[in-house]
Amino acid sequence: MNMAWWKALRRNKLFWPLVALAFLMLFNLFFTPNFFRMEIKEGHLYGNLIDILKNGAPIMLLAIGLTLVIATKGIDISVGSVVAISAGVVAMLIGGDLKGVPKYPIPYAMAAALIASILAGMWNGMLVSRIGMQPVIATLILLVAGRGIAMVTTNAMIVWLYAKPFTFLGQGYLLGLPFSIYIVGFLVLLTALATRRTALGLFIESVGINPTAARFSGINSKNLIFWVYAFSGLCAGISGLVVCSTVMSADGNNAGVGYEMDAILAVVLGGTSMNGGKFYLIGSMVGALIVQTLTTTIYAFGVPPEIAQVVKALVVWIISLLQSSNFRAMFSGMFGKREMAA
Amino acid sequence: MKKRSIINPRDIPMLVTLALFTIMFGVGAASFRGFLSLQNFYNLFIDNAYLIIIAVGMTLVIISGGIDLSVGSMLALSTMLTSSLLEKSHWDPIAVIPTVLFVGAAMGFFMGYLIQVFNLPPFIITLAGLYFARGLCYVVSIDTIGITNEFWQKAASAQINVIGNNFISSSVIIALVVLVVGIFVSRSTKFGRTIFAIGGNEQSAILMGLPVARTKIILYSVSGFCAALAGIVFTLYTQSGYALNGRGMEMDAIAAVVIGGTLLTGGVGSILGTLFGVFVFGTIQLLIAFQGTLNSWWTRIGIGFLVFAFCLLQRILESRKIGRSMKRVPAKPEPVVSKG
Repeated sequence: MNMAWWKALRRNKLFWPLVALAFLMLFNLFFTPNFFRMEIKEGHLYGNLIDILKNGAPIMLLAIGLTLVIATKGIDISVGSVVAISAGVVAMLIGGDLKGVPKYPIPYAMAAALIASILAGMWNGMLVSRIGMQPVIATLILLVAGRGIAMVTTNAMIVWLYAKPFTFLGQGYLLGLPFSIYIVGFLVLLTALATRRTALGLFIESVGINPTAARFSGINSKNLIFWVYAFSGLCAGISGLVVCSTVMSADGNNAGVGYEMDAILAVVLGGTSMNGGKFYLIGSMVGALIVQTLTTTIYAFGVPPEIAQVVKALVVWIISLLQSSNFRAMFSGMFGKREMAA
Repeated sequence: MKKRSIINPRDIPMLVTLALFTIMFGVGAASFRGFLSLQNFYNLFIDNAYLIIIAVGMTLVIISGGIDLSVGSMLALSTMLTSSLLEKSHWDPIAVIPTVLFVGAAMGFFMGYLIQVFNLPPFIITLAGLYFARGLCYVVSIDTIGITNEFWQKAASAQINVIGNNFISSSVIIALVVLVVGIFVSRSTKFGRTIFAIGGNEQSAILMGLPVARTKIILYSVSGFCAALAGIVFTLYTQSGYALNGRGMEMDAIAAVVIGGTLLTGGVGSILGTLFGVFVFGTIQLLIAFQGTLNSWWTRIGIGFLVFAFCLLQRILESRKIGRSMKRVPAKPEPVVSKG
């Protein structure tokens, strides 16, 4: 039998994430009734699979920015709070008018939210690249202070929105598919072009592998890191807009709580190593789908969303173990012995 | 010869903290009636006893160059376990306390084991621990569980008079004991010196033959233990268990540690400094409470800003130190030229 294609397939970075996704789907095929049922209502598709795409969109958006941050050997755990800030800003500017008349034009409100998010990202970038703080601590500051900022923006109240056009972002459909998935697709395409068709991706990877060597070879690592964090802020901002539009409210206290965990999980599941270097955008998207499918599966079994955290934490531990060379050495040692005995 | 300064440069951040605390307390005393009293100072201890306990464990972990993000959820899990075991399972308090403490230490041990043996980044492992413990809280119960146990209520309402009519609570005593033990262990034991050595340079510590692996795993267990103990103290404070307790408390603890002059890169720090850090944190809350009109969320923003300011101070002190050592060794390393 010709095994060459099989080896090539296995070497593909997307192989394992896709296997994991297929495995989850297979599980649902047998254990969750009607998981794959699709219907067409009012001209768009309905069903669990569409829900996974729709609900996964905010995490996918976060994962795009986070992939690049993790590739530079950094981390951004403030994304959940930035989601809350973005949602808070856009909600305050559109205003909770019951007739749905926006206080300021919707595009301006959205632009303001995105600018606020980019500023948040730039703040992170400045702390990491200019002051030299560890990324965890730098972004931990915004994780906590950011929630405070979101609460102060919304006056510690939940703002409900009634402006109809704004719903399209998170609830609208285009050609039968949720609109938010097109935003994800567009941003992935843009990021992929910018990183793979220019040297930018190579620069990011080299900074992640060895910042000193990258600097000596003429890459301005400081600026690069700065802008990567700013980009992560932008992604979180877009994600915040989608979240706000989906639920048509901004809750500074609960919007985006725990999103950083899902997004990190998505990136790591997609094959990007926490140790920096190589990154896989499409892998991260598959990772986000795995996370969302996992969440949907857990909910389908009637487990409260809060408890789903336990399962996700376990998955993170297992994935970290699989990425650890010590663990693999231990494992292959066992495997090797067994082969010797046979 | 340059005259050596009387103050050890390492103590500068701690002294800055002490000065900051004095100024902030002074501002409070000048602006609000009834702010300057012994009882108000004791209140810093009473209201922040749990934070002191968590921060002691966190200081040790950070000195070793690690981090533990799971402490806030661990505190919540501990309050849930305590209240559930007391009220739903009707256990005796004598059995509840060791069980809860054991769970905390075991959780810390597990994470420390993963971090050390498999060489995994501490923040990702403890971040997962954060969600794991928080999720387990909801497994115990979604609702608040009030504690009506007699022993617990007595311990919670106990007031011990110190100097006149001013009192402290039983949780303050626990916090002080943890503080004293922490200071003793970090300053005067082999274990403590090993922690500093690991934080200074882990490779050298290994080459010196220090028990690095064992110490690191014990450290995370200690941090888990402290978080569980803080949870018990927290139930004394609120007389209930609730799954959302202590959200974001890992940041409060890290803030107190950083403000207290411990370097986030490890190797330098003190538990006494952390105590001053907690004081600064508590004074901000007191000021906002006395002021009365500000949104309490400003505390979060204020803490974030202080952490930023102190990290900046640390970086400046560090770069000055590096600058000085560069002057002492003027010779540049030979550039590596590949031949052939």
